[in-house]
Amino acid sequence: MTREPGQFSILFDPMDAGLELEDREDPAFFADLNLDQVFDAVAGARREYNLAAFFRFPLPTAASVTYRQDVFRDIESGLAEPLAAFAEQMRRARSHLTAARQRHARYSVAAWFLDAGEIYCAAVIALEKALSDFQPSSLGFQRCCAYLAAYVKSQAFQQLANETTRIKRGLGPTGYCVRVRGSRVVVSDYRGEPDYSVEVLATFNKFQQRDADNNLVKFTTDFNNHIQERIVELVARLYPELFRSLLSYCETHRAFLDPVVARFDREVEFYLAYLAYIEPLKSAGLSFCYPDVSTRSKEVDAVETFDIALASKLTRENRHVVCNDFRLSQGERIFVVSGPNQGGKTTFARSFGQLHYLASLGCPVPGRRAQLFLCDRIFAHFEKHEVIEDLQGKLQEELLRVREILRDATDSSIVIMNESLSSTTAEDSLFLGREVIGRLMELGVLAVYVTFIDELSRLGASVVSMVSTVVPDNPAERTFKIERMPADGRAYALAIAERHGLTHGSIKARIGR
Amino acid sequence: MKVLLMHYDRNFDWQRELPAQAPNLIQDLGLEVLFNHMSGGDEFLLQVAQRGMLCSLAEPEAIIYRQQAFSDCLTHPEIVRAIYNLTVKTLVEKKKMFGWFSQTPEQNLRYAVQVMELLVRMLKRLRQVALESGTLFHSPAFKRFFAMLLEELDDAYFAIINEHLRRLQFRRGVLVSAGLGKGNSAVDIVLRSPLTEKPRWSELILGPRDGRLWFDVHPRDDAGHQALSELQARGVNLVANALRQSTEHVLGFFIQLRAELAFYLGCLNLRTVLNGRGFETSLPEPKPASEPSLSALGLYDPALALVAGGGVVANDLAAAGKELVVITGANQGGKSTFLRSIGLAQLLMQAGMFVPATEFSANVATGVFTHFKREEDKTMTRGKLDEELNRMSRIVDQIRPGGILLCNESFASTNEREGSEIGHQVIGALNEVGVKVLLVTHLFDLSQRFQREAPDGVLFLRAERLADGSRTFKIREGEALPTSHGMDLYDEIFRDGLPAPTAGD
Repeated sequence: MTREPGQFSILFDPMDAGLELEDREDPAFFADLNLDQVFDAVAGARREYNLAAFFRFPLPTAASVTYRQDVFRDIESGLAEPLAAFAEQMRRARSHLTAARQRHARYSVAAWFLDAGEIYCAAVIALEKALSDFQPSSLGFQRCCAYLAAYVKSQAFQQLANETTRIKRGLGPTGYCVRVRGSRVVVSDYRGEPDYSVEVLATFNKFQQRDADNNLVKFTTDFNNHIQERIVELVARLYPELFRSLLSYCETHRAFLDPVVARFDREVEFYLAYLAYIEPLKSAGLSFCYPDVSTRSKEVDAVETFDIALASKLTRENRHVVCNDFRLSQGERIFVVSGPNQGGKTTFARSFGQLHYLASLGCPVPGRRAQLFLCDRIFAHFEKHEVIEDLQGKLQEELLRVREILRDATDSSIVIMNESLSSTTAEDSLFLGREVIGRLMELGVLAVYVTFIDELSRLGASVVSMVSTVVPDNPAERTFKIERMPADGRAYALAIAERHGLTHGSIKARIGR
Repeated sequence: MKVLLMHYDRNFDWQRELPAQAPNLIQDLGLEVLFNHMSGGDEFLLQVAQRGMLCSLAEPEAIIYRQQAFSDCLTHPEIVRAIYNLTVKTLVEKKKMFGWFSQTPEQNLRYAVQVMELLVRMLKRLRQVALESGTLFHSPAFKRFFAMLLEELDDAYFAIINEHLRRLQFRRGVLVSAGLGKGNSAVDIVLRSPLTEKPRWSELILGPRDGRLWFDVHPRDDAGHQALSELQARGVNLVANALRQSTEHVLGFFIQLRAELAFYLGCLNLRTVLNGRGFETSLPEPKPASEPSLSALGLYDPALALVAGGGVVANDLAAAGKELVVITGANQGGKSTFLRSIGLAQLLMQAGMFVPATEFSANVATGVFTHFKREEDKTMTRGKLDEELNRMSRIVDQIRPGGILLCNESFASTNEREGSEIGHQVIGALNEVGVKVLLVTHLFDLSQRFQREAPDGVLFLRAERLADGSRTFKIREGEALPTSHGMDLYDEIFRDGLPAPTAGD
C-alpha cells in the first residue's frame, strides 16, 4: 500500500504552530541578558536560513519543549554528522542551480544543472539511509524518516536519481588527453599514461621528514575559454550519445527540489547552529543538559551552570569559566545576590534568565543538570551604565520601568533586576528595594535581585541569599563563584584551595586513573 | 631516510612547543645560563638546546642511545662539526637562490631544478664523509646513520636524478590529461609521461592518424596562443610542484641533520666550559620507572657554578625508594641550590646528557615540575596565595603518576596553620597517586605531620648550621627543627651591613 508521505515540521508540533513568527522583533531583555550576542552568533554564520525568527519564539508548552529536546538528543547521539553533510550538500546544490542559471553555452548550463541534481539526490538518499539506520527516538525525526522513506520511493524521485546516475556515470570518467606542441592541439582519449609528477616525487620520497609546502600555482579561474570550447567539441565527438542525453535531462527535470525537504533543510539548521555554537564550550569542559521544564512547579535547580555568552567569549580567549549552582525549593522564589563587585553577580543574574529562556526554546542549557520553570514572559531591568548627570532623572526613569514590569508581570513570569534603583543613597536604595522585593514576593514570581545592600537578602523565607565569595584581586580571572550563604561570608584559605581543585580528594581525582 | 641521531625510532622535533611546565623550569632551575653556554649566542643552537633539554626522554634505553652517540661526538668532535658545517653551507647556498618570486609553474620548475642541482652536489659530499670516516664511529646512532648514507646514495640513484632533470626541459612539447569539470571546463589537468616517447615524423607533418582529433590555432589568434600556454602551464604545475617538494624533502633531510647535530654540539660546548673550570661531569645511570631510585655523589648546581665560578659546594644524596624528600633548616643554608641541582640532574639525565655530579642515578620520571616561591605581588597578600595555588593547580593539570615535583617554600603565602593544612593535602595526594615530591619548607607543622605519619617513605634532610651559627651549605640527613634561624640571618646581615654569601636561596 502506498500513501502520500505526511508533511511535517522538525521544529513545531503541530507543524503550523510556528507559522506567524517571521515579523517579531527581539524582546527587550535579549540585550540585558546578552542573548542578542548569542543568537547573533548562532544565526549570523548561517544568514541564508534566517534563523533569527526561530529564536524569538519561546514555546508555550512543556510538550513542545520536549518535542525539540528529543530532536536535539537524536542529533547529539549520532545524527549530527549526517545532518551537517546533508546541509552542506543542499547548499552546494543550490549554488549549482544558481550557476546553471547564469550560463549561456548549452553544454555548460547542462553540466551545472546535472551536478545540482546529482548532489540533491545524493543528499536525500544519504539522509534517508542515515535516519532509518539510526532509528530515531524523537517524534520529529520519526516523521522525517517516514516522509523521506516515502519520498525516496516515489516515481518522480526514482526517475530523477536514475537518469542523473546514468549520465554522470557516462561523463565522470570521460578523461581525454591533449598534446600541445607549438600551435597544434591534438585531442585523444586517455589510455593510462602515467602521472609524471608521481614519478618525480617517488624518486625523492625517501628524504621526506614531514609534509612539504605546497608550491602549486593557484589558478583562480577554471580553464574555460574558446580553446577549451573547441576541445570540448572534439571530446563530444568522441562521445556523441552521452552529450545528447545530457541536453534532454535538463528539459525533463526543471523543478526537482521538494518543498517539504526544503523546509526541513532550513528548520533543522536551528538545531545544528545551536549545537555548533555550544560545541567549543563543551570541548572546553563545560556541561550542557536537557532541563526538566514545568509550567507549574517553581522549584528550580541547576548544577554547574554558567553565562553562555560570557563563556563563549572566555573560551575563545582560552580562559577559564567558573560555574555556579542555584536552587529554589518549596516556598523559595527570589535570589538576592550581594557581595563584592566584579565577583560575578551580574553574570549570575544573566545566566538565570538565559537558562530559562534557552529552556523555553527547547535547547540544551548550560549546566550538568537542571530543572526549570517554563515562564510566560521574562522581564529584565538592568542598570544602564551611560553617564547621566541628573541622578534624580535617572532614578525616576528607572522607577517608571520598574512599575511597568510590576504591572505586566504575572505569577508565571520571571523578573531579573540588576543593580536596579541604586542610583540614589543607600538608605533610599534599601527602602525602594524592600518595597519592590515585597511586591515581587506578593506576586510569587521567580526573581533575581542583584544589589550591594546586604539587608535585602534577609527579607523573608522566600528570599534566598547568594553571595559573590572571592575578592577579585587576581585581574586575570573575572568570574567567580556565587555561593548560597548569608551575606557576610568570607573566603578562607582552604576555600581558595578548594576553588583551585587542590584538596586531597580532588587532586587524586584529577591525577589518578 | 631518517637521521635518527637523537631518537632511535623517530625524528627529533626541534620545533615542537615546549612542555607547559617549561617556563617554570627555566625560571626556577636557572636554565637560561645553561642554554647560553650551550648555544654561545646562536639562535638555532639555543632553540635546539631548549627542545633537547626540556622535552624529556621517557625510557632508559632512549637515554643510553643518546649517551652513546654523545660519547662518539666526544671522541671525534672535528668530524661532527664538519658535517654540521656542511649542512649549514647547504642551507646558506640555497637561501641565495631566490625562489620567492616564482609565480608561474615554469619559474617554479626552473627554480626547483637549480636547487636540486645544488642538493645533489651536497649529497655527494655527504656520502664522501661517510666513506672516509664512517668506520670511526661506534654508537648505534652514528653507525646506522653512516650505513644508511652509503646504501641509499649510490651511483645508480644519482643517475636516475640526472635523467629526470633532463626530461624536465620538455623539448617535445607537453602531454596532459584532463577531465570535464563545472560547465565543461578542463579540470584535473595532469602532465603525463607519454607511452611512446617520440611522435612519428609523419604525424608531425600530416597530423595524427588513427582517428585522433586535432586543430591548429591560427597564427594571429593571440588569445588562443595565450590559452595554449596557460594549458601547458597548468600541466607543468603539478610536476613543478612535485620537484619543489622534492627539493624540500632533500633540504628537510639536511635541516633535520643540522638540528640533531646541533644538540650534540651544544652538549660539547657546555661540557667544555664546565670541565674547563674544573667542574666534574659524568654520564648518569638511568633506571626504569619501576625501580624508584635517586642517589648522587658530588652533586652541584651547574648554573650557579657557571655564574659564581668557584666555591660551589657539592652534596651527596641517597633517597632511593623515597616518595617524599623534605628539606628543612637554616635560611641561606643552600637548600634551594640543592633542590635545583637535583632537578637539573634529573632533567639533564632525561635529555641523554651528562650530569653535574661524580655519580648520579635515578629512575626516569614522566615529567619534572617545579613550584617555587615567587617574589612578585607583595602588596596583595590574599592574591599571592591565589597565585601560588593557581600555579599548583596548573601543575596538577599536567603532572602524571611517575612525575617529580620540586617545591620550594610552597604554601608559605598564608599563615602556618593553613599553609600546612593545604600542603599536607596536596603533597599527601600527590604521593598517593605516585608523584615523587622534593620539598624545601619552613612549615614546621607540615614537616612534623609527615614525620609522624610516614616515617619510612620520607627522607628528611637539613641544611647544616654549626654551633656558632655559620653555614657549611652541606645538606645532611636530619629531621626538621622548630625554627628556621631567621633571627641568625637577621643578625648576620645587620651586624656588619653586608649581604649574605652568594651560594644560597
